[in-house]
Amino acid sequence: MRGSKRQYLGRRSSQPKVDIANNIILYVEDVSVSFDGFKALNKLNLYIEVGELRCIIGPNGAGKTTMMDVITGKTRPDSGSAWFGQTIDLLTLSEPAIAQAGIGRKFQKPTVFPNHTVFENLELAMAGTRSPWKLLRARLTPSQIDKIDDVLATIGLRERRDAIAGSLSHGQKQWLEIGMLLMQDPQLLLVDEPVAGMTPQETERTAQLLTSLAGTRSVVVVEHDMDFVRSIARTVTVLHEGSVLAEGSIDQVQANPRVVEVYLGE
Amino acid sequence: MNHSLLRLLWAERGSRAFYIVLLLAAVFVPLLNLGVADGSALHVPTYTVALLGKYMCYALLAIAVDLVWGYCGILSLGHTAFFALGGYAMGMYLMRQIGARGVYGDALLPDFMVFLNWKELPWFWHGMDMFWFAMLMMLFVPGLLAYAFGWFAFRSRVTGVYLSIITQALTYALLLAFFRNEMGFGGNNGLTDFKDLLGFDLQSSGVRIALFLASAIALGLAYAACRAVIASRLGRVIEAVRDAESRARFIGYRVENVKLWVWVFSALLAAVAGALYVPQVGIINPSEFAPINAIEIVVWVAVGGRGTLYGAALGALLVNYAKTYFTAALPEVWLFALGGLFVGVTLFLPKGIVGLIAQWQTRLTKAASLKEASA
Amino acid sequence: MTASSKFRTILRAGALGLALCVGPAAAQDESPAEAPAISEIHDPATLLAALPDAGYADKQAIAEQLVQSAGAQAGPALRALLEGRLYSDANQRVVVVDGEGEGETVALRDPLSGAALGSAASAALTKIGSNNKLRKALKGLLARLDLADADPDKRLAAVNEALRNLDAPAIAALRARRDAETDSKVRDAIDVGLAVADLASDSADTRLAAVQRLSGELSPDVYNALQSLVADDGSGKRREPDERVLMAADAAIHRIDNQRALYGGVETLFFGLSLGSVLVLSAIGLAITFGVMGVINMAHGELMMLGAYTAYVMQQLMPQHITAATLLAIPMAFIVAGAAGIAIERGIVRFLYGRPLETLLATFGLSLVLQQLVRSVFSPLNRSVSTPEFMSGSLVINDALSLTWNRLYIVFFMLLVFLALQLVLKRTSLGLKVRAVSQNRAMARAMGVRSEWIDAATFGLGSGVAGVAGVALSQLTNVGPNLGQSYIIDSFMVVVFGGVGSLWGTLISGMSLGVVSKLLEPHTGAVMAKILVLVFLILFIQRRPRGLFPQKGRAAEG
Repeated sequence: MRGSKRQYLGRRSSQPKVDIANNIILYVEDVSVSFDGFKALNKLNLYIEVGELRCIIGPNGAGKTTMMDVITGKTRPDSGSAWFGQTIDLLTLSEPAIAQAGIGRKFQKPTVFPNHTVFENLELAMAGTRSPWKLLRARLTPSQIDKIDDVLATIGLRERRDAIAGSLSHGQKQWLEIGMLLMQDPQLLLVDEPVAGMTPQETERTAQLLTSLAGTRSVVVVEHDMDFVRSIARTVTVLHEGSVLAEGSIDQVQANPRVVEVYLGE
Repeated sequence: MNHSLLRLLWAERGSRAFYIVLLLAAVFVPLLNLGVADGSALHVPTYTVALLGKYMCYALLAIAVDLVWGYCGILSLGHTAFFALGGYAMGMYLMRQIGARGVYGDALLPDFMVFLNWKELPWFWHGMDMFWFAMLMMLFVPGLLAYAFGWFAFRSRVTGVYLSIITQALTYALLLAFFRNEMGFGGNNGLTDFKDLLGFDLQSSGVRIALFLASAIALGLAYAACRAVIASRLGRVIEAVRDAESRARFIGYRVENVKLWVWVFSALLAAVAGALYVPQVGIINPSEFAPINAIEIVVWVAVGGRGTLYGAALGALLVNYAKTYFTAALPEVWLFALGGLFVGVTLFLPKGIVGLIAQWQTRLTKAASLKEASA
Repeated sequence: MTASSKFRTILRAGALGLALCVGPAAAQDESPAEAPAISEIHDPATLLAALPDAGYADKQAIAEQLVQSAGAQAGPALRALLEGRLYSDANQRVVVVDGEGEGETVALRDPLSGAALGSAASAALTKIGSNNKLRKALKGLLARLDLADADPDKRLAAVNEALRNLDAPAIAALRARRDAETDSKVRDAIDVGLAVADLASDSADTRLAAVQRLSGELSPDVYNALQSLVADDGSGKRREPDERVLMAADAAIHRIDNQRALYGGVETLFFGLSLGSVLVLSAIGLAITFGVMGVINMAHGELMMLGAYTAYVMQQLMPQHITAATLLAIPMAFIVAGAAGIAIERGIVRFLYGRPLETLLATFGLSLVLQQLVRSVFSPLNRSVSTPEFMSGSLVINDALSLTWNRLYIVFFMLLVFLALQLVLKRTSLGLKVRAVSQNRAMARAMGVRSEWIDAATFGLGSGVAGVAGVALSQLTNVGPNLGQSYIIDSFMVVVFGGVGSLWGTLISGMSLGVVSKLLEPHTGAVMAKILVLVFLILFIQRRPRGLFPQKGRAAEG
């Protein structure tokens, strides 16, 4: 579309800029969430640095998904605060506003738009136009098409460009969802179990991709697969019963007797 | 309109069939009514012209419902409200046109107001004697209602069956309200005994044909507009919202705005359908709000095949033709047939007639290719 | 007596109707001249014998004289005259007709002794007529007689009757009875009557005392008496001359007004609760099928309709035993509607689990079929279902407040159904399995629960309850093919407002909606009240989509 690119840039600049003065992009402080008396999160504290790749592990029910829900605005905590950079209070924003501010999320169960083609899924995820009237007149510019094709190449779905997303295999859907994350161009990626159901080769490529993303963006990965965690993580956070049990390098964490007791020792 | 848009509108086989049938009807029905002598077998009586015009309005209404239900997943039981409000706006204009020719001969007050002993025209009746203003209100009032209702409902994420039920409650509340004489819309009897439209006698076959053509044009334009919406990126977002609402939210779409846009657009189409409907049937009364009507529209769409638009129009035509036939020939069977249609279509024909045809086609092509392969 | 015999001849000769018209006029002309004054006759039998040919005025005099001479013994005769059961027979005897005999004959009794006198052909009897004035006088006389009755309830009724028509003899009778009266309730009533009489006293002090005595009495007669005391006499001045009495009377009226408003409020509340009970009854089956199972059943209203028609059919089968038929209809309706529900679940709903919008459409289609079915089988017209005896009439609390039994029973019935459902869901193994399946189907199946069977049973339970509700509705509204349609939207609103899945929520939401509607009605009219409630619900659901009592927890996050 004529001038669409400029509009896209303009829109981004009109967004509140993420202020990363202290080199920290995400602050989660004293967050508690309870469901019917069950404490899903209990005074959770978590800080993510700019460009960091953080892995979060923990047994089932430790609060990993709930934490992502709080950050992305799906669940409102009972107490505590969550800030994106210095200035954006996540607890006051809706899900789409948080997404537009620059936090992307991949769900545990891959959710793509099943009746759209792979290409259309990426087009929809592309950062930029969001208002109905502008969407009505939106056309893809050549550079936008190029970008989609780039992402298609990155996620290895170039041959399935015009396939209906619902017909993809589980692993391909995982990749497509990661591709959609890339199209969103977020500052912070929250990735929930990205390699579940993937072949070893796919897993390896995912690891490469996530590592390459870190540096320019911050990535938070929740994963059960310890080999995968070992292959990508610099810092690992262990959650247990809704709060942080241990934090450090994978070796430090694995040597921690409390972690061994509640999680690794099982 | 550029070429790519034209191509999009023309792309589907169903769409092409729709345009062609509509065009043929628009050309031949008036021709066979005016050009062929009364006694001839080919003559289309004026009564049939009016009936077909009515079906066109229903088809337009069905397209409006299909747009929100088939493409956005909102099962609306409130579209009769928009339809009827549009109809009432037109009815008010026609009522004011009667002037002093009413039974009581009051130049200003419609008969029912004289009957109720009212001395003054209620404020909302002012200006309705001007066609342009009445048509503005015909769009504005249902549009505003749809906007207000949708704004609340979509923001608080009322979805699925809950939304259906509260749209039904909305229609029901309006039904009760319009039954009240105090509302100023003729109560139980509604608005009727219309004389003319823009100065032309409503009973004349020329006006009947003009109304039929207007309905056909409105239907064609509405269809093209809906196609254009669906072909745009907005259309893809609308379908995305239908399939995975929370995913759409997490990639930054304000789902409530998207829904609100389609909802209001669809409500406006329904209002236009209502406004065209009233002069052709000659009456508008509160029973148009009845919840059963709302649900009947949904059945037209389901029978034809939802999420296709042309299927909705086809369904509206078929079901209403059946209704016209049954209620005259076998009145007691009609509700059995309609009820059975509901059950049968949902259980055995989830994609409607259009889906059935598509299924046959694939089977035929498969058989043909198999034959080729074996030969 | 010659006059009497002369008239008898006329009677014999002339048509009965003519005699009734002419007789009294003629009697008035002639009887005073020839017959001895009635006040001189003391023998009850003679008095009675004079009755058939006397004019209305004389009949009144005879009746008064009868009371004087025979006392309570005159009661049955006067009552028979009042009720049109007093006749003269072919032998010129005055007799009381006592019920139907065989064929054309009727049983006779002696008015004074009550002894049976055999029977006679009804054609041979001549009715002793009465007019309004006479009937009024008779009522007063009977009331006076009843004042001395042994039964305190009868005495109380007599006092209230006297209060309605407070003439001099009535006052005298009340005053005479006052000190002999032993029952405190009756004495209070007599005091009220005497106080009303005292309002007309010449002494301001007496009037003041009377006004003070009457303050807070709720009877409309007392209220009218007080009102006329303070009313304008037409010249701008108030009828009561004394300032103190006026003030006291105003205060008394004010107090009565307040109390009436209070009881009026109680009555509105009661109406609201009974409407609420209807709403809860109609919604509670839905609270199970929709709330617990998540199935949207638009044919729910028609299941209620089936229940109501079950009541109708039962009454047609047992026309002599309406009460028994209606009570039997409750379990029958449960079975009929429950079986229909199970058929619906097995035949349609189970293919559509997880597709709520399709379920809505299919069950709506079904509701059309069911409506047309009863239209074809019974009739498109409304059928009338009789009310059992124990449900008719009302419970009188005081002069300002009485509660109709059918509404009271509906409230109790609703509570009963609610408790029964709670017990079934909380205390039985079926209930346990139902809850298990609704919370986690896969897990329940893994534990060996036959979830298919539970689905059918749950749906049957909800439908059966709808049928039971239909029996209750048959006592309140018309039973017709559209019965269900008029409740379906309300029922869904009640369930959604209360919070899907919560029986208590349904109870509270139904009751509060009922009360709110009835509170609004006096100000807005019934239709507008309904519209306002609907609009309120629409707005409320948009504010709190999960209702008053939402289910919490991650499962509900969806």
